[in-house]
Amino acid sequence: MNTPSERGVEQRLADHAYRIRRLALRMGEVQGQGYVGQALGYADVLAVAYCHALRFKPDDVEWAGRDRFLLSHGHYAIAFYAALIEAGIIPEDELDTYGSDDSRLPMSGMASYTPGMEISGGSLGHGLAIAVGMALGLRLKANPAFVYNSMSDGELDEGSTWEAAMGAAHHGLGNLICLVDINNQQADGPSSKVMGFEPLADKWGSFGWHVQRADGNDLPAVLAAFDTARALPAEKPRVILFDTLMGKGVPFLERREKNHFIRVDPDEWQQAIDILDQNQGAAR
Amino acid sequence: MSTTTATKPRLTTSAMIASIAAEGQRVTAAPFGKALVALAEARPEIVGLTADLSKYTDLHLFAQAYPERFFQMGMAEQLLMAAAGGMAKEGFMPFATTYAVFGTRRAYDFIHQVIAEENLNVKLCCALPGLTTGYGPSHQAAEDLALMRAIPNMTVVDPCDALDIEQAVPQIAAHDGPVYMRLLRGNVPLLLDEYDYKFELGKAKLLRDGKDALLISSGILTMRALEVATALAADQVDVAVLHVPTIKPLDTATILAEASRSGRLVVVAENHTAIGGLGEAVATALLTSGIAPRFRQIALPDAYMDAGALPTLHDRYGISTEAIGKTLKGWLR
Repeated sequence: MNTPSERGVEQRLADHAYRIRRLALRMGEVQGQGYVGQALGYADVLAVAYCHALRFKPDDVEWAGRDRFLLSHGHYAIAFYAALIEAGIIPEDELDTYGSDDSRLPMSGMASYTPGMEISGGSLGHGLAIAVGMALGLRLKANPAFVYNSMSDGELDEGSTWEAAMGAAHHGLGNLICLVDINNQQADGPSSKVMGFEPLADKWGSFGWHVQRADGNDLPAVLAAFDTARALPAEKPRVILFDTLMGKGVPFLERREKNHFIRVDPDEWQQAIDILDQNQGAAR
Repeated sequence: MSTTTATKPRLTTSAMIASIAAEGQRVTAAPFGKALVALAEARPEIVGLTADLSKYTDLHLFAQAYPERFFQMGMAEQLLMAAAGGMAKEGFMPFATTYAVFGTRRAYDFIHQVIAEENLNVKLCCALPGLTTGYGPSHQAAEDLALMRAIPNMTVVDPCDALDIEQAVPQIAAHDGPVYMRLLRGNVPLLLDEYDYKFELGKAKLLRDGKDALLISSGILTMRALEVATALAADQVDVAVLHVPTIKPLDTATILAEASRSGRLVVVAENHTAIGGLGEAVATALLTSGIAPRFRQIALPDAYMDAGALPTLHDRYGISTEAIGKTLKGWLR
């Protein structure tokens, strides 16, 4: 049973996750599009990452001691910007520029555009291999920071992901944590139909990683997985496989025909935000 | 009575790493590895990474000298390039080595998106450039310069000999940004010490002057060009040789100045396919400047080349000293 302080942490994180979802929907409304299905599904993971697990300084994104968070799946930028706003790194009013010319918030994440964006993702399957280099570099500098690589389940198809998985285990990178969003949705359909990847925990385990699988929309489970990954003493890389539901928190989007790029009609953005607000009010 | 045994003639070798040095030619062993070891003493940020080819890129010398700064990435070139980028992001200066085919072809997107897009300080040093192995297309990097030239932010270097490599290593390290350097490894010919020459990143250098033809060349084809010029001098043909070890950025000022001197045939000779290498770079520079001399290209064909002994292949594809001399004489006739 949770202690009052644990319940306090979970409530705080639930508030952050609610606001990340809300911010992502507002950005989606600006352009009338965006990967909001993924943003809603991954908001709980991002809330725990940016409002609990990561060490960083909002006003000094280059701080040498920061934990590095690599957004390998660059198309999750809309979710990530929402997390950066929630983390105090980007001002909230900037979300009105999302996806516009000369904005710091392009539709696919790029390092040179956005404060706090460590890499240019988007060419999928790059993040984990970059993370291996950064983790080696941090270890060589005796810098205790963690490298988090955040990736989609579609990136499991890329051979480079498994080159990096082998490399990370070979070099005993205990400062590397990989987060995989398993929403079972790729451009051409369900991941299990496009390129089956199960049994996934066994795969990572056999590659020499410490593996956890958790419901990525169960905040206490997400929280526990992050804490376990960080506290593990073994000099081996660790992965958390998060099963998530696209559209989470907005029932009509949860039920919508499943697509990589979820359809949202013009009048539905405000409806979705209203539903989030109502549920948040009821939960408090 | 003496008996003689009919012996079969010894066949020429198509060995992968046959030296490009001619018999009796002066050589320096492992100039890249030695230069890197020397430089790394004063530059603690230098690290070495390879994809299972340290011995074949002379990086093993660095690994022996600085084992804690050497990282074996396995036979995984995508990881090699991305991890080198990651280390550069953490303030290190990675020298990443493999064969040119695997580096440029297999890991292209990782060089393009991870390293060059962020202008990261990674030095790619790739062996077996152009046609320097008889192993066939799997190992012949005929198009590496074209691929690397096409990437924004990338500096591209094609050294001729051991002296070029020795002097290029500290200079590519001093340059802030990604560099692709074609690597000659093992026993590397040494010849440029006979000329009043120093490698300068971004500069073309006239190694010898001549009034009949201007040979513009890079890499080992500069060695060939100098041999051709010497051979043709005996026939009263006067050939100038302009060495262009930096392919990008191109020293257009020097090239235009030399090419606009009246009357000379201008020939670009390169150990690379005719598509997208030094020849096309020079042609573009000339035409866009309104300079149109008689222009010819000596380059590898737009074809999958044969396996075989290097001398055989260099003859077959027109980049041996004899073949270049014959071609050039035909054009000058």
